[in-house]
Amino acid sequence: MMNRERCLTTFLAFACALIVAAGCGGGGEAGGEEGAMEEEAGGVATAMDAKAATVDTATAATVSGTVSFTGTEPEAEAIDMSEEPNCAARYDMPKTTEEVVVGEGGGLANVFVYVKDGLSGMTFSVPSEGVVLDQAGCWYRPRVFGIQVGQDLVIKNSDGLLHNINAKAEQNRGFNISQPVEMETTRQFGVPEVMVRFECDVHGWMYAYVGVLEHPYYSVTGNDGSFSLDTLPPGTYTIEAWHERYGAQTQQVTVGANESAEVTFTFGDASA
Amino acid sequence: MTRAATIAFGLALWWIATPALAQDTERGRELYDRWCAECHGTDGAGEGSAAAYMMPRPRDFTTGLYQIRTTANGELPTDADLVRVIEDGMPGTAMPGWESKFSDDEVRDLVAYIKDFSDFFELFGAPEPLEFGDRPGADAEALAEGRRLYEQIECWKCHGDRGRGDGPSAPTLQDDLDFPIRAADLSENWNFNGGGRVQDIYRRLRTGMDGTPMPSFSDLIDSGFMTDEQMWYLAAYVRSLSPPERPRVRDVIAARRVEGRVPAAADDSAWNAVPPYYVPLVGQIIEQPRWFAPGVDGLYIRALHDGATLALRVTWHDPSQSPDPDWLEWQGWVAETVQPAPEAEPTALLPDRLVVQFPTAIPTGRERPYFLMGDSRRPVYLWEWSSDAGAHEAWASGLGTRAPLDGGDLSAAAEWEAGAWTVVFQRPLAAADTATTLSFRSGVAIPIAFFAWDGSNGESGAQMAVSSWYSIYLEEPTPKTVYVSPVLAMLVTAGLGVLVVWRAQRREVEGSSQQ
Repeated sequence: MMNRERCLTTFLAFACALIVAAGCGGGGEAGGEEGAMEEEAGGVATAMDAKAATVDTATAATVSGTVSFTGTEPEAEAIDMSEEPNCAARYDMPKTTEEVVVGEGGGLANVFVYVKDGLSGMTFSVPSEGVVLDQAGCWYRPRVFGIQVGQDLVIKNSDGLLHNINAKAEQNRGFNISQPVEMETTRQFGVPEVMVRFECDVHGWMYAYVGVLEHPYYSVTGNDGSFSLDTLPPGTYTIEAWHERYGAQTQQVTVGANESAEVTFTFGDASA
Repeated sequence: MTRAATIAFGLALWWIATPALAQDTERGRELYDRWCAECHGTDGAGEGSAAAYMMPRPRDFTTGLYQIRTTANGELPTDADLVRVIEDGMPGTAMPGWESKFSDDEVRDLVAYIKDFSDFFELFGAPEPLEFGDRPGADAEALAEGRRLYEQIECWKCHGDRGRGDGPSAPTLQDDLDFPIRAADLSENWNFNGGGRVQDIYRRLRTGMDGTPMPSFSDLIDSGFMTDEQMWYLAAYVRSLSPPERPRVRDVIAARRVEGRVPAAADDSAWNAVPPYYVPLVGQIIEQPRWFAPGVDGLYIRALHDGATLALRVTWHDPSQSPDPDWLEWQGWVAETVQPAPEAEPTALLPDRLVVQFPTAIPTGRERPYFLMGDSRRPVYLWEWSSDAGAHEAWASGLGTRAPLDGGDLSAAAEWEAGAWTVVFQRPLAAADTATTLSFRSGVAIPIAFFAWDGSNGESGAQMAVSSWYSIYLEEPTPKTVYVSPVLAMLVTAGLGVLVVWRAQRREVEGSSQQ
């Protein structure tokens, strides 16, 4: 099948080249399409091979701000970990769901804020240091995080009991691996995707989200709801804030050299 | 060659090459639309018109996720992997094997078309199958090592201690599309997707079953936690949880005659004297409300009688001891997944049930009552057992007409252990009231049929698993002549033998004396 397709592609290219050479443009469009497809297929590798952009720190800009919560905070529910006594024993109070975490100042935690648009044409080097996703106390730590395409994701089991990590991706190839003992496994993502959900099928309450990007401009809000995207090249950006329950919101912002811009997002019942 | 000739040559090659490919996917599409689209949908998204009746749902080809592969976890399947699933089907699901239906070329064309549903195949190209080493022999020691690993890496968490899909995480399992999915019953390897041989199990452990909660365990070898050989031992142990052969279905269940009393307890060693008879069950899809997702797919029956009482021991696998609150959420998921939905409220805890059906009298001719609880012309007599109300006799003349019979001499003992129910029924052969109740007699085939309900699967009423009619044959007492005749025959044979030898010897002696 593949061979035959490759054969055909060769024939097509051959035929088209001849037709174009003969001054007949009839087949040019088809040939163009084939070419575009191949470029797309190899796009990830091309981006990674290309010389990464270096941002001039002397002119770098910052986009920061807060994500605040409005409305009535949904009540966290206690999680029944009785089937896993070793995990249950790690908590003085039963662990509760953390779908919506609002800080004292009204900030919304676990919001993934990132540059969605405005960096096209630039490539960024992949950090050599990996990002750690730990399973400790039958809980994913961190719950929401970011990673770059091609960067190592180090999945760690600190519990020493059976977890499986079922990465449910759509743009990437997902995976589902088992970690029944204390161990580490390394995986990578091939293309950007916001977000990829991780689930542990053994413990139905365990899940986490990763935002996969081609650049390092992302931030996850803490309990104060604050985020900061530093060392940005000056420019106009679409900033997206994503929350597991309330979905995504975007805002446009323009920052000049050495400028800082503030962006605020509000999530809650009204935005759901 | 002139430029025009070159162009002509190129075009000719193009013309020759193009139809071959077009024919491939075009024929694949025709076959797909005709035979596959009803379940998998014309757009390949697994949402065909029949999909809503199924659990598990048909594969969604647009995701490029496939359970049965020879490639690493998260990778695309090879063409050979897809061919295998089309030809062999997915046992235990609605996906049949198509080997006898399609030619090799047709399957190849189908594979080409199915791959077109996902961009991943074009993006990634042909995947590399994993290297699977040779299977080492598995002796008792290896099986023990396999068992140790089964415990250590917590296979039981989903599959249960004895592999019957009754682990503590089993009620929470969902597939990638958030439909409920059962942990495989590892003691019925004929239902394994991807095959039930040791090498098949080993491959599932290595590759995982993408799109389901079953992960890959390859990292355990890569990280040095266990060896490839140990993975084979684990596979061999999992294989050992099933019988050596798939149980054969036989029409007649023989109830052996025992000396003394028939056993009343499920674990009585007297049961070992008779082999289990396997009776497959299917969903009741004839009358409304139909049921396409039965939880019980087969029963193992043993029968004994002592001349006065018939004892029937029925065992079936059921991961939940209903009514079980741990499975209530599952019940809700099933209600959201399967059409027609269960009639019972998904918030009500339902019991498990079993019914053994007989005619009200031993038929004189070949006609038997309608297998679905009889009809007004030929009613049926029932042994009913439920996990919340014990056993009693009943009578019915059609689905939904059952009426309990007062009094009666039916007794039953039930136990649920490690994902299996065992119910032992006992009843005197003679009936108190022969108008409604069957009197059993030895030496004649008596029709028998079965119905089962898995409460935590949302089953009640007509939404159940059913069997067709079988027969139970109570063996007659062995007549005395059975013991006497062989001895007589042996004596006569021996006597004749001696006579022949004696005459031959005499003849020899006479002959030599004449010379």
